[in-house]
Amino acid sequence: MLRLALKMLYGDVAKFVMLLGGLTFCALLMTQQSGVFCGLMLWTTSTLRNIKVPIWVCDAKVEQINEVVPMRDIEVNRVRSIEGVDWAVPLYWGIIQARLRDGSFQPVQLTGLDSATMVGRPVKMTAGNVEDLRLPNAVVVDQIAIKKFKRKGIDLRVGDTFEINDKEARVVGICYAEQSFLGQPYIYTTYERALEYAPPQRKQLSFVLVKPKDGVREGDVVQRIRKIPGLTAFTDEEFNDRTIDWYIKYTGIPISFGTVVLLGALVGIAIAGQTFYLFVHENVRHLAALKAMGAGNTLLAEMVFLQAFTVGSMGYGLGVGLTSIFGNIFLKVGEPPFFLPWQVLAFAGAIIVFICLFSATIGLLKVIRAEPAIVFR
Amino acid sequence: MSVARSESSAADRELAVRTRGVTKTFGRGDNAVRALKGVDFEARCGEMIMIVGPSGCGKTTFLSVICGTMKADEGSVDVFGTDLVHLGGGKLTDFRGRNVGFIFQQFNLIPTWNILENASIPLLLQGQSRRKAQDAAAKLLTEVGLGSRLGAHPRELSGGQQQRVAIARALVHEPRLLICDEPTAALDSVTGHKVLELLKASACREDRCVIVVTHDSRIFSFADRIAEMDDGIVKKIHGPGQYTAQYV
Repeated sequence: MLRLALKMLYGDVAKFVMLLGGLTFCALLMTQQSGVFCGLMLWTTSTLRNIKVPIWVCDAKVEQINEVVPMRDIEVNRVRSIEGVDWAVPLYWGIIQARLRDGSFQPVQLTGLDSATMVGRPVKMTAGNVEDLRLPNAVVVDQIAIKKFKRKGIDLRVGDTFEINDKEARVVGICYAEQSFLGQPYIYTTYERALEYAPPQRKQLSFVLVKPKDGVREGDVVQRIRKIPGLTAFTDEEFNDRTIDWYIKYTGIPISFGTVVLLGALVGIAIAGQTFYLFVHENVRHLAALKAMGAGNTLLAEMVFLQAFTVGSMGYGLGVGLTSIFGNIFLKVGEPPFFLPWQVLAFAGAIIVFICLFSATIGLLKVIRAEPAIVFR
Repeated sequence: MSVARSESSAADRELAVRTRGVTKTFGRGDNAVRALKGVDFEARCGEMIMIVGPSGCGKTTFLSVICGTMKADEGSVDVFGTDLVHLGGGKLTDFRGRNVGFIFQQFNLIPTWNILENASIPLLLQGQSRRKAQDAAAKLLTEVGLGSRLGAHPRELSGGQQQRVAIARALVHEPRLLICDEPTAALDSVTGHKVLELLKASACREDRCVIVVTHDSRIFSFADRIAEMDDGIVKKIHGPGQYTAQYV
């Protein structure tokens, strides 16, 4: 009988297509928008993956990684004096205008690394050598800079120059860096040169990058650094979570994406619920005939739930499949951001299960209430 | 003399359906409609009994009560020795599934299933394997002249053919009580006649009772007895030919 229940579902082509379309659209909208949202959240923390260190120290007022409150250079030494610290190096991080050969401007994220250790260096170089950053006016640019400069008609290569704050910057290498939330390219140089490029300020140190000694827990070092007045410290995981929490709490991004996801779910419930109810309503006479011929409510419930969950599974599969195709295209192009963690798939699956349960239940109520005697009317 | 012998042999047959004082009311208060007002009725195995009467007299309600698709408010409904009034929901469904075959006015064939699948439903509902159920259904469909169209869907068949599928479906599990609700209402005169001939030939057996509700005076001649209903009661039982002679 269950096989025949599926035949009943597939046989009503118009309603089956509408149900499948509604659920596919619902799953697509929920996963695609959630994927873009997660991708965007990933962009907000790209600095943490581009500069891999265990502990970040910053001004006590800093709430997330993209926020810089400059500190005095002396803070590096104060951190170095903390028990359990293996090394501590300065980092400059700020948004500055780069001027291209044709006179146009491009905002860049200038990253000044400690020249002795090069801690925080790019993870992946695609051209040149990061050690060449010690040469005069040397910078390493990322692939986004290449793309952005190209858009302005400049094919940037190793050996080319441009200006930052009226000072020459010579490209000695090209690296791969994860795109940031604001989409500006990462330009790496030494800490000292970064201070030369940056507009003069009384305080210029952005972060202190720290590694605890072997065998010392990161959390313990973080707690000790937090005791220094005016400073705070986070492990890279803490900073990651804190940054994402900050964007969720203080920006309208989750509301914007959440609204679309909610609409997707509502559209799914409305279309699938209504169509499935209609499907059951139109078949209620046949189902009542089955009831008259000896089909119990349990069997009818199994049939209705099987129909609902079959179309639900297919809709979910198609929706997630389309999202994957979109995601692959997005990732190849680089924009918009896209990241599809299993939690999003589980969430969308749970919503689809809810829609199926809801649709099947309202349909089933009609079947259960239907007296088999209606077949005689 | 021959009539007396025939009546005596009919009385000796097993009682298939027996109702006493069956009442059924729809709605409440001022809107209450008393559809059945104390129906006493008997049908025996081996006979085809037709229930006739004007529209709204309670024929279909009574049919629903004796086949167990509707509960009577009062009275007793005994079908092959089983008291349907006191039978619980699940047991009543099971009883219907095993003992009752249905032929409906609008055929009620499931349009997305082919006729083989439609005809095998009662056996599938009894838990038989698909293969066994379809073998039995194919045999019956062949008997009713549809053996070459087993894969056809109901919409591809004429009304008469669809009703033949319904007959096959009603008989496939060998029920002891066959309930037919206006089986010829959606058919033309010739087809209706053929369907009744088929029904009479394939359904009427010593161990089975066929109850037909109908308005169609053209098929009265097939009945062994005719129960005339009016205003919620069985007014009179007519012998073979009597009712036809009276009204046609």
